[in-house]
Amino acid sequence: MRVTTALMASTCLVLASCGQSADQDTPEAAISAEQTLMTQLIDAQPGDVIEIPEGTLKFDRGLSLTVDGVTLRGQGMDKSVLSFADQIAGAEGLLVTASDFTIEDLAIEDAKGDALKINEGDNITIRRVRTEWTNGPSQDNGAYGIYPVQTTNVLVEENVAIGASDAGVYVGQSRDVIVRNNRAEYNVAGIEIENTVGADVYDNIATNNTGGILVFNMPQLQQEGRVTRVYDNQVFANNTGNFGHPGTPVASVPAGTGIIVNSNDDVEIFNNEISDNKTGNIIISSLFSTGYSESSASESFDPYPEGIFIYGNTFSGGGDDPDTDELALARVMLFGTDGRLPDIIWDGFYDEGKQVDGEMPAALRICIDNGEVGVLNANGPSGYTQPSTDVSAFQCELDKLPAVDLGRS
Amino acid sequence: MRPVHACLALFGWLAASLTACAPASTSVSTHLESDPQLLSEWGLFDVSGGTLELSEGVIPYDLSSPLFTDYAHKLRTLWVPEGASAVDLNAGSAPDLPVGTVISKTFYYPKAGDTSGRVSKAPDPLGQLNPVLADLSQVQIMETRLLVRREQGWAPVSYVWNDAQTDAVLTRIGDAQALTLVDGQGEETDFAYIVPDINQCSGCHAPNNTTREIEPLGVRARHLNKSYTHDGTATNQLEYLRDKGILTVPGSVTAMPANVNWEDPGQSLEARARSYLDINCSHCHNPVGPADTSGLDLTMDADFGPALGVCKLPIAAGSGTGGRAFSIVPGEPDASILLYRLETTKPGAMMPELGRALSHAEGAALIRAWIAEIDGTCAPA
Repeated sequence: MRVTTALMASTCLVLASCGQSADQDTPEAAISAEQTLMTQLIDAQPGDVIEIPEGTLKFDRGLSLTVDGVTLRGQGMDKSVLSFADQIAGAEGLLVTASDFTIEDLAIEDAKGDALKINEGDNITIRRVRTEWTNGPSQDNGAYGIYPVQTTNVLVEENVAIGASDAGVYVGQSRDVIVRNNRAEYNVAGIEIENTVGADVYDNIATNNTGGILVFNMPQLQQEGRVTRVYDNQVFANNTGNFGHPGTPVASVPAGTGIIVNSNDDVEIFNNEISDNKTGNIIISSLFSTGYSESSASESFDPYPEGIFIYGNTFSGGGDDPDTDELALARVMLFGTDGRLPDIIWDGFYDEGKQVDGEMPAALRICIDNGEVGVLNANGPSGYTQPSTDVSAFQCELDKLPAVDLGRS
Repeated sequence: MRPVHACLALFGWLAASLTACAPASTSVSTHLESDPQLLSEWGLFDVSGGTLELSEGVIPYDLSSPLFTDYAHKLRTLWVPEGASAVDLNAGSAPDLPVGTVISKTFYYPKAGDTSGRVSKAPDPLGQLNPVLADLSQVQIMETRLLVRREQGWAPVSYVWNDAQTDAVLTRIGDAQALTLVDGQGEETDFAYIVPDINQCSGCHAPNNTTREIEPLGVRARHLNKSYTHDGTATNQLEYLRDKGILTVPGSVTAMPANVNWEDPGQSLEARARSYLDINCSHCHNPVGPADTSGLDLTMDADFGPALGVCKLPIAAGSGTGGRAFSIVPGEPDASILLYRLETTKPGAMMPELGRALSHAEGAALIRAWIAEIDGTCAPA
């Protein structure tokens, strides 16, 4: 065995020398920018900063990064473009399974699936990244633009997300998240926070989506979301027809939704400018009004939105052309053919089991302290046939939620 | 991606010429520090005689149900350093094989005629070394992937075969190669055979998305617990590996879990379907896997119910729903997302995400039949 090993070792040496001389013959020009990036992603070591040059890099397969502590940095979201228009394999443009990850100043265009997915990791920064499907809203577009999932300590700022057939910015099943100064346009959902605990969403612009900002909980996951603050955002004219895939949660979002909370708890919506969303500027709803109430999937799941506090928002326009039959009927019935729905719409489902003496405990209520703003209780439990505009049930306040502190300097 | 092909072609030529300066070797040499440029430097195979011969100590094996990879045939081998102690086999995870161990998987197709790139859709005979490997002029070898047990853990190493099929060259960034699959009726399907890049190895081989350790997938009790014919004698593979001093099997082999052959009509539809889903999906769809984000668990241990997909809502499926409401709708395969994802070939929607460009018609037919026989309903509001 020893002899054989020695023989093999010398064989390897001979081969290595063959290989080395060959390497020297390899012309430098044969390495494309695409190959360079793929190789850098494979060779990456913690602490590496991978610079992506100006120009459009075209990939036919998805990229991935598996090493912690790496920064990907382009020359600007309109200068360094990773294009996946020719992609034939891979469910993402860039898939990251790593912590301590920063990506900034580049664009990811026309991915066949998700543009940027970060699956499980701590300390994530996504900054000045543009994710776009360049042909505009289409069901053929990939699902998510910026998609951290099962991540902790996440900063998503100054990005632009356009054309996702699900959500432009989607933070799922995460903890301690800040989403700020982003612009989301022409997605089904502009910005979506789902099954996430502790998210601050502020100073964003969401327009021309089907729904501007979504705070959702879905059943059958490891974590139910709560504690989200949505404030200081501009959410206007999110009236693009829903081009989501039937069956996806966002496919139930009516076109013309400003901010929607679905089945999530402890959500604070304040100081936003919300206007011209034709179904409703704010919708508070349960999984029941999205069509799945009897499914076995919701047995262990709390489908009721509870602890919702809305205050200090500025509203104008909207509610004038609702995208659901029930709300369209309620509009005409209550406000006439030229009327508009109130700025806040609640589907009316609540958990009778939690009531004490016929009332919800204070911390579980939906509270509105927003001047003269009106409310429509669509009264879903009665089949949407007896909508009400009585605001008295919502006149309350909740304790303010704590700010998310990422502990970064 | 022209430059990649040009680059590989260059390396392919190098490989062919390098072979001339490498004496044929029939003994295995493991590499613990770095990845050699050529597959031949591992000494797993001898292809010098126009036939694929396994070196001494290289043990072929197969799985009760294999992963579908665009109808590629697979030669799987295990080599463990001489003198290494036997390691315990457990019911669930891969055994902790000794440092130096080399697991190989070679992807190849029977040729369809003499034109390069035309390959046959033909069954991969299980339970024995495929006789077609005795005549390499009849096969097109695509790539050989290795999992090497090094001090720090399992390392993936990947080689693409040269046109002359004399050797294979190390690749790290992968490749896409145009192939035409020809079935028994002469029907042709063009597709891109994808060689994954090294990072993508962990897309399947890191089944725990928290530890992200690379692990063998097939080398597990439930997949190996079946018969294989070595030198004319059929033996249970676990017993064979035990008798070779590679594995210690606590108790009897029959006490170990065993998946079934997904094609075996003697088994129940449920056992066949679950075995198929386990090997094709559970590396991601397990309670700690990359797809635990979806809440869908397709391991053999998953309870029948929403976790397995029954009346389960999609979470982040995007176009992967195919417009359907639940992963599995009892009795209604065409209303079930699971089947859509197996049948579609759209990169953003298909499952698995890696490893296929084609739909596996026979596998999808099995899942269709299984869903069709499930009782119950998912009642929407």
